[in-house]
Parts: sequence; structure tokens; C-alpha cells
Amino acid sequence: MTATMERPAAPETTGGAPMIDRAEGWRRRAPLLPALIFTIIVTQIPFILTLWYSLQSWNLVRPGSQEFVWFSNYADVFADSQFRTVALNTVIMTLGSVLIAVVLGLLLALLLNRQFVGRGVVRTLLITPFLITPVAAALLWKTVLLDPTLGLINFVLTPFGASGTEWISNYPLASVMAALIWQWTPFMMLLLLAGLQSMPTDQLEAARVDGASAWSTFRELTLPHLRRFIELGVVLGTIYLVNIFDQVYMMTQGGPGVASANLPFYIYQRAFLGFDIGQSAAMGVVVVILTLIAANFALRLIFKSFSGEEEAA
Amino acid sequence: MAVTTSTPPDTQGPAAPPEPRRQKRSAANVWLGVIAWVVGIAFFFPVFWMVLTSFKQETDAYTTTPKIIFEPTLEQYEGVFSAGVGPYLANSLIATVFSTLLVLLLGIPAAFAVSLRPVKKTQDVLFFFISTKMLPVVAVIVPIYVVVNQIGMLDNIWTLVVLYTGMNLPIAVWMMRSFFLEVPGELLEQASIDGAPLWRTLREIVLPIISPGIFATALICVIFAWNEFFFAVNLTAANAGTMPVFLVGFITSEGLYWAQLSAAATLAALPVILAGWVAQNKLVQGLSFGAVK
Repeated sequence: MTATMERPAAPETTGGAPMIDRAEGWRRRAPLLPALIFTIIVTQIPFILTLWYSLQSWNLVRPGSQEFVWFSNYADVFADSQFRTVALNTVIMTLGSVLIAVVLGLLLALLLNRQFVGRGVVRTLLITPFLITPVAAALLWKTVLLDPTLGLINFVLTPFGASGTEWISNYPLASVMAALIWQWTPFMMLLLLAGLQSMPTDQLEAARVDGASAWSTFRELTLPHLRRFIELGVVLGTIYLVNIFDQVYMMTQGGPGVASANLPFYIYQRAFLGFDIGQSAAMGVVVVILTLIAANFALRLIFKSFSGEEEAA
Repeated sequence: MAVTTSTPPDTQGPAAPPEPRRQKRSAANVWLGVIAWVVGIAFFFPVFWMVLTSFKQETDAYTTTPKIIFEPTLEQYEGVFSAGVGPYLANSLIATVFSTLLVLLLGIPAAFAVSLRPVKKTQDVLFFFISTKMLPVVAVIVPIYVVVNQIGMLDNIWTLVVLYTGMNLPIAVWMMRSFFLEVPGELLEQASIDGAPLWRTLREIVLPIISPGIFATALICVIFAWNEFFFAVNLTAANAGTMPVFLVGFITSEGLYWAQLSAAATLAALPVILAGWVAQNKLVQGLSFGAVK
């Protein structure tokens, strides 16, 4: 690399010799290499090791137990009924939270896309849940909001005769999802607000001049324009939320049983409480596959529901 | 605003005369503004309550009817500091600052290379970076734990610095790439005609233009590194624990003392909330890998 750096700057010759081109190519690539090599080492090598470990029977509690067992870890994983429950929980938690957050985020973005007094302040208030350390947020939900006797939610609901509800023990999955939706709606709002603000105003103006109703303007102009942003929100939300760990760990520890455990938490339990390296690695590989499927499925779902409307428009 | 009388068939009801309609619209605007405020306050309220509770006595925090008026005290913060939050704060600071610096050190040249001086396969490299973010952390935690354990780096803050750098670098490259693309090409051409070396072009021409973007990128890296919990809880203990780890330990050791817990949670959350408020315009750009501006 140093050799290429010492070369004098090659003047831009038209169709120069291939030697110079190659050197120039490497000179251009050089600034990229440290970051690339670092990323490969930190992210790819561990994943290759995960693949390797997933083919071995290996428990840290029993030293010397490491042996190559082909795909038997995967067979065990799929035979594990808890794993299936947890996988289903993960799908419900991820897609449920993402879809609700997108819908709420869209409504909020539409609200914030209008002129009103203190719009900047409201936006700042709204994004705060997204910024708060997830561990602190989960704590907040567990105690201040959802505590059966002292929580704010039961206090607010008392006039409606719902006091004393044990949210976290009775509805563990829904409680975790509530905390997730609270944190992720602001992100969706910001994303969709960026979408709304990138809309060409002359189209909207023309629609208004034509006397189009707000609803038909929204359906025929705004929604198709936002489609790309909604898709992006769903895909990004899915990628980030499949990995959620903090809220489950803090609010329910996956319980009761595995009622609110998702795959990251279950893998954590297997690896760090059960010390079963082989099986947790195999589950990790399954999560990668599941992430790809989930992102794909979400995308297709969105495409379908929108393409129908576009044809009608 | 010209008043056109041609009403398309899909308009419901008779076309209203312009004046009342505008009035109706502005009245609706006021109401929608009020709704926006109510929703904004509702979303913010738990955070407000956390901060408020952190200034209460435990007896004021522990009431079935929530108390808004009380005598504020700093007792809880004193309690948190005497419980030993100091080293955890320092660890969070080290992990955040050094990983962010390392991200910038590696990421700025990389973003420069993929945006302003692209070569063949640049696109592949970009997609490689984004694809690493699709890789769930749980899928790599096991080998990372095993390797870190073997080289004796468990419970060491520099392990977190390296991992957080790997976590944030792809986001930073994508984000900064979108800033670099906004640098006018003529400036660079001029520099290369003048024969300025690469690093001087970068330092004297490009960096001043994109420094606001770099600042936003850094803030987003700070947010992610400061809030990270999964690596921290699995790879650190008493020596290298960060604020989220402290918060967890605090619950188990102190039971549920809400006021003190709120003070600890406020300390953990506040730096990032402030950073996020400053960077709010660029937040989406960071999280969407620069896809949305």
C-alpha cells in the first residue's frame, strides 16, 4: 500500500496504461480498506464461527465436550416446543409492534405536517421516547406506568373500573409490545414526516384548487408518495425490532415460562445461563434466516396492499 | 388562490363558497394543533414523570394517587452516587467517546472513497456494509463471548469500544456518504488539477463543507453506543459495566425504591436525550442508512 502511495499523482491521461489505472484504483480504494477490514473482522468472522459452532455439541460446563455433530443441533432446535413458541412470539412482537408503530407514526406525521403553534416543541417531545435508553424505558414501563397498585396507567383507568390490573403478569407480551411501540412510533413519525415534507407542493396545491377532498387527496396523492417511506419503515423496524432484548430482559425476563420470550432472549438464556454453545449458535443462525424472511414478508405485504389501490387510482 | 368552479365527480357535497371554507379549515387546524400537543405531551409524560420522581422523597414517590406537588430534594442523586455510579458513568463515557472517535477515524476516509472517488465494486462494498446491520447481534454473541473469553478481554471496556465501533461503522459510512455526495464536484477537480495531495484535499476542502454532517453522524453514534445493553450485559461485570448495566444491578440490589431508581434512570438517559434533541433532524438519516434525508 505504501508503494502505491509514493507514486506521484498520475495525471488524468485519456485511456492511460493499465498499470497506472490499477495503481490509481488502489489509491482510490486505500482509504476504504481500514474500515472494510475492521468490519469484516468484527462482524463476519464471528458469524462464520457461529456457523461452525452450530455444528458442534459443546457445553461450557463440561470442558472437553466439544465434538462435531453435523446438524443435530438444528434438529434439536426444531424439536424444542419452547423454541417454536418463542419463534412465534418473536414474529408477533416484531410485526405487531412495527405495524402499529407505522400506523400511529403515520397519523402523528400527518398531524405534525401542518402548521400550528409550537410544532417544533411537539416534535421534540414526541421523539424523546425513542432516545431514552431502552433499559431505562423498560424500567419506566415496568414500574411507573404498569405497576398494579402505584402505576399511572391503572390510576388513569380507575374511573373506568380497571384498577388493580396486573398488566405485566396477565399480559406480558402485550406489555412488552406497548413499551416497544411507545419507543418506535416516534421513529416512524420522523421517517414519514420526512416523506411528507419531500412531497412536491404543486401537486397538492393543484388537488386543492380542483376541490379534491382531503381524503381523496390523501389516498391518491399522499399515500402513493409515502409508499417508499412506509416500506422503509417496515423493513428498518423489522430489522431493529427482531433483535430486541432490553425490554424483555427488564420487564418480564421472558416469563411467565416463555410466554413473552423472544429469540434473542431465549438464545441469551441458553448461552449464558445454560452454557450450551452449540444449540445457541444454531438458534442464532435460525434468527438470521428468520430476519431475512420477516423483512421479505413485510415488504411483500406492503407491496400488495398498495398496488391494489394504485391500479384503482 | 384562484377559485375554480369545476368540481371533480369524487368531491362529496356541494362546493362550499371559499370564505367560510377557509375559516372552517383554520378552525380545524387549531383543533388538530391541540390534538398534536395532547399526543406529544402524552408520549413525553412518562419521561417527565421519571425526572419528576427523581426529585422526590421515597414517601412522595410511593403513593397510590400520583403526587405532582412535593418538596424537591437531591437526596436520590446523592444516593445514586454513593451507590457507586461513578465508574459506570466513566465506562459509558469511555465506550461512547472512543468508539465514536474510532468510527470517524475509519469512517470518514471510507465514506470519502465510496462517494467522491468511487471505483468498480464500490457499490458491492456499500451493500456489504449495510448487510452487516441485518445480521442479528444474537447470532454473533456466542463466538464473540468465546473469543473474548479466550483472549482474556472479558469485563474490559476496550472490548466494548471495539464492538461498538463495529456496530456503528456501517451506519456512519452510509450516512457520511450521503453528505459527501453533496460536495460540489468542481471543487475537487480544481484541487486535483492543482495537484494537491489527497489528505490535503480532504482536510482543507471537503471536511469544512461536511463538518455539520460529521457532527450529526457522531451524535447518532453516541446515542447508539451509550444506550447499548446486550453486549455490555453479556461481556462486562463490575470493572467495565456501563450505565445500563448499572441500572440493572441497581434494581436487583436496591429492590424497588422508585425515587432513587428514577434518579439513576435519569442519569442514564439524559445525555442521550440531549444529544438526540440536537441531532433530531439527522436521526432518520442515520437510522435509514442515509436513505432518507
